[in-house]
Amino acid sequence: MSAGNGHHDDRPPSAYLAGEVHSQLELLHRRLLGFPPYRWALVLAQRLGITGRGLVVAIPFTFLLFFFVVPFLIVLKISFSETAVAIPPYTDLIEVVDDGFEYFLNLKLNLGNYWTIFSEDTYVRAYLNSAKIAAISTLLCLGIGFPMAYAMARADEGVRPTLLMLVILPFWTSFLIRVYAWIVILKPEGGVLNGLLMYLGILGPDEPLHILNTEWAMYIGIVYSYLPFMVLPLYANLERMDMTLLEAAADLGCRPIKAFWVVTVPLAIPGIIAGCFLVFIPAVGEYVIPELLAGDNVRVIGRKLFTDFSSERNWPLAAAVSVVLLLILIVPIMLFQRQQARLQEAGQ
Amino acid sequence: MKKGLTGINLAALTFGFAFLYVPILILIFFSFNESRIVNVWGGFSLKWYGELFQNEDLLAAAWVSLVLATATSTLSVILGTIAGFVMARFTSFRGRTLFSGMVYAPLVMPEVITGLSLLLLFVAIEWSRGLGTMIIAHTSFCMSYVAVVVQSRLVSFDRSIEEAAQDLGATPLKTFFVITLPVIAPALVSGWLLSFTLSLDNVVISSFTSGPGWDTLPIKIFSAVKLGVKPEINALSTIMITIVAVGVIFASILQKRATVERQRAERMAAAAND
Repeated sequence: MSAGNGHHDDRPPSAYLAGEVHSQLELLHRRLLGFPPYRWALVLAQRLGITGRGLVVAIPFTFLLFFFVVPFLIVLKISFSETAVAIPPYTDLIEVVDDGFEYFLNLKLNLGNYWTIFSEDTYVRAYLNSAKIAAISTLLCLGIGFPMAYAMARADEGVRPTLLMLVILPFWTSFLIRVYAWIVILKPEGGVLNGLLMYLGILGPDEPLHILNTEWAMYIGIVYSYLPFMVLPLYANLERMDMTLLEAAADLGCRPIKAFWVVTVPLAIPGIIAGCFLVFIPAVGEYVIPELLAGDNVRVIGRKLFTDFSSERNWPLAAAVSVVLLLILIVPIMLFQRQQARLQEAGQ
Repeated sequence: MKKGLTGINLAALTFGFAFLYVPILILIFFSFNESRIVNVWGGFSLKWYGELFQNEDLLAAAWVSLVLATATSTLSVILGTIAGFVMARFTSFRGRTLFSGMVYAPLVMPEVITGLSLLLLFVAIEWSRGLGTMIIAHTSFCMSYVAVVVQSRLVSFDRSIEEAAQDLGATPLKTFFVITLPVIAPALVSGWLLSFTLSLDNVVISSFTSGPGWDTLPIKIFSAVKLGVKPEINALSTIMITIVAVGVIFASILQKRATVERQRAERMAAAAND
C-alpha cells in the first residue's frame, strides 16, 4: 500500500491492517505467477469466462448447494428405499442384476414408507397435532409479543436500547437451559410453582397441578423460547412507523383505539408476518421442547422422526417423514423467503 | 399522540420481562441451594459448583463444545460475509433466487430435517462422523445468520465511498479489504458471536452429526436433564448465563461508546467544513 501524500492520521488503523493483508496477497500472487500451474489455471479461468465476481458467488453457492440442497436430495432418495439390517440400514435403489444371461440395472422405487405415513393414524395425528400446537403457540407469541414490541417502540429514545437489550439477552442464553428452567418450575413433585401455590394455600398439600408432560407445558416452552423471534421483527417494524399518520388520524377525529386498528396494525403487517413465520416454521418440527417438557403424552412429528431414526433404526421411514414435513412447510418457507427478499429490495 | 410508558404499555412490558426473566432467576437462586431437593431451601452453599468442576465428563464435553463453536463461527463468518455481500451487492445473476432461498431457508428449517439430511449425506459419502462433520453441519446453518446480519449492514451503508475508491483505481478486491471490511467489522463481530452462541447451544443437529466420543456439552446436559432435575446443571446454567450477561452488557457499552465517538467525529468534521 502506498502511503500517498503523508496524510495518514485521518484513516482508521484498521485500514492499514487490511492494506497489509491485501499487499501480502498481491505479493503471493506475483510470486505464484512464476509457478506454471498457477499461471495455466489463471489462463484457463479467463478462457472459460470465470470472473472474480463469479468466484465470489461460487464459494458460498457451492458450499450451500453441497451441504444444504444435496442432503435433501439424498433424503428424498432414501425415503424410497427399504429398511435393511445392514450398514447403512437401508437398501439401494439401483441394483445390478447379472444372472449370467443378461445384465441390467434395476431401479426399485418403494412407496411403502409413504403408505405407512398416510395410512397409520399415529403419523397423521402427529402432523396435525404439531401444526395445531405450532399455530396456537404462534398466536400466543403474537399476543404477548405485540404489546411488548409496541411499548418498546413507543418508549423514550433513551430507554429503547436498554429495553432491546433486555429482549435480546435471553436469546443469547442457552435455549436448552431456558427449557430446563421450566422443568424446575413445573414439576408436580418438588416444582417451584406447586411449592409456591401450596405455600400460599391455593392448592392442598397433596393435589399438585400437573402441567409438566401435558400440551400446556409445550405451549409455555415454545412461547418462552421463541418470544424474542416475534418481538424483534415487530419492534423493528413499529419503530420505523411514520407517527404523522397517527397524528393525521387524530386530527380527523379518529379515536386512539380505532387509529390503532385502522393505522398501526395494517402498517405492522410485514413485521407480524415475519415474526409469525420465524416462530411457526421451526415450532412445527420442534424436538427438544416436547422431549423435555411434554413427554410421551403429546405426539408431535419432530419426536416421531427422531425415534424412528434413532431407536427404531428405520432410516428410510424417518427420511419419508421429513420429506412430508418439508412438503407441508414448503409453502410458508417460500413465502418467508419471498418476503425477506422483498424487504431487502426495499432497502431495510 | 402519547409517547413514553403509559399504563397499558408499562403493564405489557412488565409482564413480558417478568415472563422472560423469572425462570432464569429461579434457576440461579436454586444453584446456591444446599439441599438436593429443588424447592426446599437448605441454606446457601457452593457445593454444586464444586461438584461441577470435579465432573471430568462434563468438562471434556465443554471443551469439545468450545472448539466446535470457535471453528464454526470463524468458518461461518468467512462464508456468511461473502454470501451477505453477494445478496447485498450482486442484484442479478443466474441462480439468484436459488441462492437467496439457500441463504434464508436454514434460518427457519426445523433442526430435525437439517440434522437428518446432513447425517444421510455424511453416510452416503462415507465420512466418519466426529468434530469435522459437526463443524460443517453447524456452519451450514450459522452462516445464514451471519449473511443476514452482514447484508443488512451493507444495505444501510453508503456505497459512494466504495465507488470513490474504485474511481481512484482500487481493484474490487482491494476496495473490499480496505473500505468495506472496516465499515462492516461490527457486523462481523456480532455475526461471529451469534454463530458462537448458536453452535454452543445446539442439541439436535449435533446429535445427528457427532460420532462416538464427540459428545458436546448440550448433548450431555440434554441426556442428564431428561432424567430429571440436577442441581449441578443449575450451577452450570448459572455460570453460562453469567458469562453471556457480562459479555452482552460489555458489548453494548462498547457499542454505545463507539456511537458517541462517531457522533463526536461527525460533529467535528461538520465544524471543520464550515
